[in-house]
Order: sequence, then structure tokens, then C-alpha cells
Amino acid sequence: MPYRSGLELSHLVGDAVEVSTLTSSLADVASSGATLRAFLHGLPGIDRVGADQRAATLGTRSIKTSAKEMAIDLAISMVDLTTLEGADTHGKVRAMCTKAQHPGEGAPRVAAVCVYPDLVAVAAEAVRGSGVKVASVATAFPSGRSSLEVKVSDTALAVAAGADEIDMVIDRGAFLSGDYLKVYEEIVAVKAACGEAHLKVILETGELSTYDNVRRASWLAMLAGADFIKTSTGKVSPAATPPVTMIMLEAVRDFRDQTGRQVGVKPAGGIRTTKDAIKNLVLVNETAGGDWLSPDWFRLGASSLLNDLLMQRQKLATGRYAGPDYFTLD
Amino acid sequence: MSIFEYAPAPESRDIVDLRPSYGLFVNGEFVDGGGAPFKTVNPATEEKLAEVAMASADDVDRAVQAARKAYGVWSAMPGAERAKYLFRIARIIQERARELAVLESLDNGKPIRESRDVDLPLVAAHFFYYAGWADKLEHAGFGADPRPLGVAGQVIPWNFPLLMLAWKIAPALACGNTVVLKPAETTPLTALLFAEICQQADLPPGVVNIVTGAGETGAAVVAHPDVNKVAFTGSTEVGRIIARTVAGTGKKLTLELGGKAANIVFEDAALDQAVEGIVNGIFFNQGHVCCAGSRLLVQESVQDELLTALKRRLGTLRLGDPLDKNTDIGAINSAEQLAKIRSLSDIGEQEGAERWSPACELPERGYWFPPTVFTGVAQSHRIAREEVFGPVLSVLTFRTPAEAVEKANNTPYGLSAGIWTEKGSRILWMAGKLRAGVVWANTFNRFDPTSPFGGYKESGYGREGGLLGLEAYLDV
Repeated sequence: MPYRSGLELSHLVGDAVEVSTLTSSLADVASSGATLRAFLHGLPGIDRVGADQRAATLGTRSIKTSAKEMAIDLAISMVDLTTLEGADTHGKVRAMCTKAQHPGEGAPRVAAVCVYPDLVAVAAEAVRGSGVKVASVATAFPSGRSSLEVKVSDTALAVAAGADEIDMVIDRGAFLSGDYLKVYEEIVAVKAACGEAHLKVILETGELSTYDNVRRASWLAMLAGADFIKTSTGKVSPAATPPVTMIMLEAVRDFRDQTGRQVGVKPAGGIRTTKDAIKNLVLVNETAGGDWLSPDWFRLGASSLLNDLLMQRQKLATGRYAGPDYFTLD
Repeated sequence: MSIFEYAPAPESRDIVDLRPSYGLFVNGEFVDGGGAPFKTVNPATEEKLAEVAMASADDVDRAVQAARKAYGVWSAMPGAERAKYLFRIARIIQERARELAVLESLDNGKPIRESRDVDLPLVAAHFFYYAGWADKLEHAGFGADPRPLGVAGQVIPWNFPLLMLAWKIAPALACGNTVVLKPAETTPLTALLFAEICQQADLPPGVVNIVTGAGETGAAVVAHPDVNKVAFTGSTEVGRIIARTVAGTGKKLTLELGGKAANIVFEDAALDQAVEGIVNGIFFNQGHVCCAGSRLLVQESVQDELLTALKRRLGTLRLGDPLDKNTDIGAINSAEQLAKIRSLSDIGEQEGAERWSPACELPERGYWFPPTVFTGVAQSHRIAREEVFGPVLSVLTFRTPAEAVEKANNTPYGLSAGIWTEKGSRILWMAGKLRAGVVWANTFNRFDPTSPFGGYKESGYGREGGLLGLEAYLDV
């Protein structure tokens, strides 16, 4: 299997990456396009039928009563509340930030708010001191079609404005044409520009098309120093399907086994209902394991999901559904 | 204690109207049996579910006579009319699927997730599939006007009580035969609920007769002189006895017997899916599956990696209340079967194989056995040769494809096999070399009414399912 070559550590990564967290067995993987390609193509394949079947079976888990209460609150605490529209304004972002801190009576705050770089300062001001993080998409989101220079300055802009987390997109064109080294180097460069900020790498799995590609892109991002791997921009369909999330969870599980470094996972796009969210938590629980069941290691990128979680939360508490007008639209 | 504990999510058993006692179903009516009634228990709790009538040889004779009488009407009926009854039965099965699934899990011990998502959909699918053939038999490739055989005597096992009933009854009826079916002694209840469904569908009396009882009742069905066709699913040992009984009588016979299938994992396999396939191959239905992948043949170069992943996966299996919707592993069907599994597992240990089970709490009452993996198993170990019919996996290794074929075929059985590789050419090469009735590639334990099923060697003869399944019930 591919991860067995014992190689030098120093070649692997740019100085931005915490070198000590990688074991020497993966050290030389990115020393050239050829070694990187050999490594990624040497990962075990994924059988689509089997993966779909496994994810569907996990989708039949029945989460009730006390387990459901716990799952709903956990899911709320993992939400990256997101607005990524051309029409976003300061007012819109401030309203969303208020909701992020006080989603509803007794409900925990969400993990983060996610906005475009030019609105990071507004969001950072609005959530200051609350514990809610500010995440910003960057690197010519959502297509990633620009120069490395622009992507790095886009990132720097967001970080300077106070972003705690950067959600970058990979160059899918380069990935699909087999230029893995270019994708790798871009991630390394953006990671360097992040400084203290956490880096989430968006694979845009809907454009990668095959499960084998999803696994390869996951490993590529993790090797390059990603703190999180994220499924989608939310602008492409399909987005975070259960089998794709499951495959990424397998990747972070295997990566930690190999290297000792834990990487988070963020499915984003298409998660709208409490049922969807709970299915995601079941996937985490039975694929990567309980170590990932925290907002530090698993996030749900969503906008409309939060109100459904709040509605189901109230239903569990009172036994009745309240009408949609009892849940705020921000 | 993990962060995310699933609260109990039991399926309600209120939907099942359990009666204190059940009779035999003969000539469209429930009647008392001549023998002393026996009880059937819930293997998960040892609670008595009901008393069931014991059919004597006289009862079997009455059932065969009823079937003979009904054969006149049924075989003369146009195929399209027979199809209407079968379609109606299939639809009623779908409508009453939850009731049937709960009853199956109560009587058999299998998880509701499996009875609900696997057994019942397949049962309905079998009736739909063969209903479609009833008016097309002349186009099935058995000549211009293939005739039915007469009365079919059918004896089925306890591992898939209702599904095996469907495999037997659907093709028999579609071809114009009438049946006398004996369900297993430990799992008679869904067959008796099926009898009610036959009444509900207005099936002419005598077309389906259900006689409950133990081995002697089955023997009486098989030996009855007015039975034209015998179909049996069960152990190779009993299959031999039946073959001897039937020899020279002119009865047509199909046997679906034991197995010791090899599940072969190559180093280039999709490993995560292979792990799922191994789990599904041997732990599905507590390993009470004749085609279970009970021998894992893994290429030595990926042995460590695969076994680590497999053991991690087994740690997530949930064993317990079969009616809990989150249960993966239910109860062993009977005390007798549990004793057999224990005995063979102990022998495995004594013979030097290394035994491993995940940390797993077994309920205090009922018949339970933890998922068990034996590593360091050689072909000469008894656990590699004999059918355990339980959640026990034997792991062997191989170096080359040729060695994998040799080891896979080195068994008196030949029911099924599995191949895991991303290389299509190797799948085709292996499938041609393996002496097994079913060869699954990159999957395991997948069933479909269109696909024939049956064994080589001591796994039996004849095929059930698909077009070939018609042949067993036609005079061809």
C-alpha cells in the first residue's frame, strides 16, 4: 500500500505547516508531481455501490427521545451559519450574527458565522466576545478561478479583518487535469497566509464527480496542511451527500491513524432538516468515531437548517410544533 | 460511554395480534392437529409466544388430499387468472409488511432492520416476479405448453422463514402446482399469518396448505406417495435423508443445502467496502445464512490493514433487542443452534485458531452469541470446513489468485463465493474458476427474485429464483 515508504520529513511541506505532526512515512509524498500522483492513486479505491449502500444503511438509524435531544443541541452547536449572497449587507450580516449568538431559548450558540471577506469586519464586531467564530470564504470563491497571488491576498484580507477561519476552494480544474502539485502548492500558500486562522479546504465534491476523486482530494488537502476538509461551496449541486461525507470521514480517520494529526470535516450545502443533521452525526459516530463529535472537529455549513433544528427542539420539549412565525428569519 | 448513545427505539409489537394457539391450515381452514401441540418461543427472551398444532401423518395426508383436489381447479385456471391471485397476495404482503416483519423478528430473533428492509421487500418481490410469469410460461423456453407437476411438498428452514416460504410457494403456484408446506419447528408463525393472507386474497381452498410440526411431519410430507415434487432448504445431513427417501419414486427434487463460502479479498480491493461486505457476509442474520461468507480469504499483503479495519468496524455493531430499530445483531434462533455454535467455536480455539470478539454485552435471557472472528485459521481446522451457521468468521490468507481459487474450492460445499477487487478482468477469471452457484463481485448476500440461486456439490441441486426457478415446478 502507498503509505509505507519511509522517507525524509523535511521535503514535505512549507514552513507554515506544523511539520512535527506528520510522521516520516508520508514525508516525501509531495516532493514532486510524480510522487504525489503515485501516492494519491495508490490509495484504496472506493466502490460506489457499496459506499452508497453503507451510507443509506446508516441513514436508517432511529434517533429518538434523549438521544434526539442531545443530537439536536450538538447539531446547533456545530452550525456554521452562512450567508454568501451578492445581496449581503452590513444589516443582514449583523442580524445573522445576533441569531448565531442567541438562536433560541436555552439553545446553545452556533459554532461560527460564515461570510464573504469584505463583511468579515462587520461580523467580527457583531460576535465579539461571544465565542462564535468568524469564518470567511476566500480564494476567489466559489470557482477558485484566479491567480495564486489574488487568492493569497483575498485570504490575507479576510484574516486582517479578523477572520478566525478561512474556507478556501481548491482549483478543481487543476485537480481534474491531474496537476495535483498545483493544488497542493496553492493550499500550502493559503495556509501560510492564514497565520493563526484555521484553514478549511473546500473540495467541491459535486465537481469532482467520483468517490475516488473525493478520497484523493481529501488526502491532498490534509497533506497540504488543512485543518478541516469541507465538501462544497453550496453553489454546486449535488453538495454534501451522505456517502461523500462518509468518505471524507473515513479519510480523516485514516489520516489520523497514519500521522497522528486530527483533521475536521464540514459538510455544507443541502443539509436543511433536523433529520439530515442527525444522519450526519450518525455518520460521524459510526465512521470516524466519537472524537469527532464536537464543533472543534465537525461543522455543518447551512443557513435554513438552524430554524428546523430549533423547531424540532421545541417540539421535543413541548410535544407540539409551533408555527413557522415563531422562528425568526434573519 | 460514548458521547452519542442511541436511546432505545423499539418497534411496537402491538401491530401483531398474537393468538394463544394456532392450528394447521388445510383446505383453506385452520384445523386442529393430531399430535401434541408444541410451543414457539421468542429467542431473544425465551418468552413463549404461542402454542402451535403438531401435524400427524394423517393430517399431512389430509393436506395432500386437499392439495390434490385443488390441483384440478388451479392447474386448469388460465395463467392470467392465477397471476391475479399472486399479485393480490404480493400487495397484501406489502400492506401488512410491518406486521409480518415484527412477527418474524419476534419468532426468529433477527433484527427488525433486516426483517423490515431485507426480508419483507424480497418476499413481496418474489410474489410479484412469479405472478408476472404465470401467463407467460409458454415463452419461458420450456416448450410450447409446459405443464405443472402436481402437488409440491415443501420443507423450509428457520433462518428466513417467510422469505423461504416465498421462494417455494410463489414459483410453485405460478406454474399451476398446489403446495403442502412445512415451516420450521422454531419459526412457524409468519407462515400461519401467510395462511391468513391466502384467505384474505380468496385463494381457492387447498391451493396452499401449511402443516406445522417437527422433523417427523416434514418426513411425512416428503414421503407422501401423492406428492409429485419435493423442495427442501436446510442442512446437508437432512438433505441426504430426503434424497434417499425420494430416490426411485419419480418425484422431482430440488435441494438447497449448506455452505462454507469463501469471501476473497485482494490487495487492490476497495477496502472500506470490502469490510462492509465481510460484515454483511457473515454477521447478517447472525450468520444464519446458508450462503454466508464464513471463510474470509485475504491476500497476505493487506491482511493486517484489513483485519484492523474489520475489528474497528465490529466494535460498532449493536447487539441486542431484535425489535430495536438500531440493532445490527439479534438473537440466535434456538438453544440447540447456540449449543452448536459454542461447541464449534470451542473446537476452533482448541485446534489453535485465535479467537476474538469485540467488547459486547450479551443480554441475560435469551440465546446470544457475540460476533466472533478466528484468525490464524488453516484449511484443516474444523471451523474452516464445517458449517457453523452462526456469527463466526474464519480468516485464512492466500498469496496468489490461483491459491485463492484452490482454497475457495477446497470444500465439499459450493453454494456461494465473494470476490473483492477493483480489477474487472480478475473478477471474470475468478468467477469462471470458482465452483459455487452464486459468485458475488464487490458485494455479498444480495438477492433478487430475477437471479437464480442454488448450489454445487454438497450444497444441493436445482435452482430457485429467476427463469431457472420455473423449471423446478414444471414437467420438463
